[in-house]
Amino acid sequence: MSKIAVMGDYDSIYGFATLGLDTFPVDEKEEGTQLLHRLAGSGYGIIYMTEKLGEMLAGAREEYMGRISPAIILIPGVSGNTGEGISRVKGSVEQAVGSDILFGEEM
Amino acid sequence: MAATQVNPTRMELTRLKKKLVTAIKGHRLLKDKRDELMREFLELVRENMELRKRVEAGIRSANTNFVVARAGMPEEVLHAALMAPKQEVTLAEDVKNVMSVDIPVYKYSTRTPDPNDIYSYGFAFTSSDLDGAVKSLADILPEMLRLAEVEKSCQLMASEIEKTRRRVNALEHVIIPDTQAGIKYITMKLDENERSTQIRLMKVKDMMLEEAHRYSEKQNH
Repeated sequence: MSKIAVMGDYDSIYGFATLGLDTFPVDEKEEGTQLLHRLAGSGYGIIYMTEKLGEMLAGAREEYMGRISPAIILIPGVSGNTGEGISRVKGSVEQAVGSDILFGEEM
Repeated sequence: MAATQVNPTRMELTRLKKKLVTAIKGHRLLKDKRDELMREFLELVRENMELRKRVEAGIRSANTNFVVARAGMPEEVLHAALMAPKQEVTLAEDVKNVMSVDIPVYKYSTRTPDPNDIYSYGFAFTSSDLDGAVKSLADILPEMLRLAEVEKSCQLMASEIEKTRRRVNALEHVIIPDTQAGIKYITMKLDENERSTQIRLMKVKDMMLEEAHRYSEKQNH
């Protein structure tokens, strides 16, 4: 049995607490990296992260790419959408196919 | 294009021939694996994009609702209202194997079955906008979980496809041609050796006959 965590700036994530997800307000790179490693090591199966924080922690996220758990999923924050989440999807198409043949024309 | 040094021996030839058979078989299998993975991946990644767009739109509108709710009530009240969540979500992770790639399957369960338990506060002191905001977030939770499952699967499959593609290419463009060239080189060399042995034997035979019968001397008389 594992849990679900949400990381990001407080304003973007406090609503998730009501659903029963564990929220961890953080908006600094150092702190975020430490927190991410701690959460990944303590049985969180899914970690949602605001795109803004996700861009800051790109290096740390990389480590968990090849592992089956945890899944780190980017979500838009309250201040808007940076498009990082969409570009990650495109990135995986590029990695698999060699070039983005599916969503190239969009956006 | 035999870049590497090969010993032109029969043993080496047998070894190379076996290697070629294995390489061709492996190439065919890996190619099939790549094609099947690619088919599954493309299906999944399309769903991934759909879901992501829906979830992002959902969260964005939920965020707007939260901003509205926040504007309508004091911050302390809002914090107090959301401080102690009633609901809790736990996740049962399972693993599915698709073409030797382990992908996650999530099943989530809430602590209490009542969907109204997302409201962790009394309705007396909070604005009704907050109820709407919490509800809108709760509505997209199932899709968010599905998104996590699909997106993680896509990432794992993408890296596996990349690896498989490299292997297929290495076999197709390096290993197989090199082995074929090696086999050809050894066959030629062995044939050449055989011919030269034959010629040497013929020469020796001539020389021995010459010695025994002294043809050249008889001719001179």
